[in-house]
Amino acid sequence: MEKNASSESWPLWEVFIRTRQGLNHKHAGSLHAADAQMAIENARDVYTRRNEGISIWVVESRHIHASAPDEAASFFDPANDKVYRYPTFYNLPDELKNI
Amino acid sequence: MIPEEKIFEDKIAREVRIEPRDWMPADYRKLLIRQMSQHAHSEIVGMLPEGNWITRAPSLRRKATLIAKVQDEAGHGLYLYSATETLGITREETIDQLHSGKAKYSSIFNYPTLTWADIGAIGWLVDGAAIMNQVPLCRASFGPYARAMVRICKEESFHQRQGFEILLTLSRGSEAQKHMCQDAINRWWWPSVMMFGPPDDASPHNQKSMQWKIKRFSNDELRQKFIDVCAEQVRVLGMKLPDDKMKWNEDEQHYDFGEINWTEFREVVNGNGPCNKERLEARKKAHAEGAWVREAAAAYAGKKNHSSNNQ
Ligand SMILES: [Fe+2]
Ligand SMILES: [Fe+2]
Repeated sequence: MEKNASSESWPLWEVFIRTRQGLNHKHAGSLHAADAQMAIENARDVYTRRNEGISIWVVESRHIHASAPDEAASFFDPANDKVYRYPTFYNLPDELKNI
Repeated sequence: MIPEEKIFEDKIAREVRIEPRDWMPADYRKLLIRQMSQHAHSEIVGMLPEGNWITRAPSLRRKATLIAKVQDEAGHGLYLYSATETLGITREETIDQLHSGKAKYSSIFNYPTLTWADIGAIGWLVDGAAIMNQVPLCRASFGPYARAMVRICKEESFHQRQGFEILLTLSRGSEAQKHMCQDAINRWWWPSVMMFGPPDDASPHNQKSMQWKIKRFSNDELRQKFIDVCAEQVRVLGMKLPDDKMKWNEDEQHYDFGEINWTEFREVVNGNGPCNKERLEARKKAHAEGAWVREAAAAYAGKKNHSSNNQ
């Protein structure tokens, strides 16, 4: 473990910020820090100098797994032809109310 | 054209942002790394001339403001370094390129800040020119760059306003203060005009950058816009821009302006400006003297990791 902790490369962290109570955390950017505590403190200084946040999440970038951009078309394909998942797909008479 | 390139060009044409893991031409990546890291270095080196006046700010209000502004510039540097890293270059490589002189930063920061009025002139003119450059970059085709620029632009506007306020106060002060104000404008005007880079016909990267929608306006277009705005604003100060040839051109609906000293520009870019050596030395020294902090933090993190793994 100590071997990883080289002075030259603190790990990269992704920063997520909740801007207001009731909203979800949203990706704000990334930064380098030696550990989670430092990442949170640096994220406060870098990304919330004007009250942009009330809560911060940080996660080491290497722990994030992502879908492949090249395969996006086929990956998301199953959702493309299912119009019946939307309410407007259904033909109902106008006199029907509150539905 | 390979299929990936067609997809890429099509996205550019349709104004769809390019994201880090999308396929992109090697030259696009190179151009972005060059422009974005240069931009990041400028934010960081740009703290030095202003930092020079923090301890000597004339009031607590001015001091708090200047600290906040310089802190913002550090933040801008960090947003941009992170965005640059998404292109596959490490932070260390980027910093090394600055320290070795391989990467450039804006030539404006190689001029000295001789009086307090310079802090005003920097806010008004240098941040003003930066804003002119940065606003269209919020629509740059590379997603992380565009997003960093949106954040930066939100923060820049106070920088310019605080600078103008400093000059306005001096312009309404004693004879000596008025003189100081005009002197700062005289020294910062032309270097600010040069901030937009070489003229379009002599700018090698301009065309590619516009074609790939990294830049939206050419150097000369932005320069003209800046000059038009400043020519009006300077009247509020009751001061003069140091250009005898500056004159409203009714046909063009723009201000004409005098010859730019491109020899001086090239000299400063090539390392022979008044403060090039000092700026680079200051950066290298800060990096070297901070080494023990980086090592200590890494060692502490390593130790904590180790003990939590052994629990
Ligand atoms: Fe900035
Ligand atoms: Fe600024």
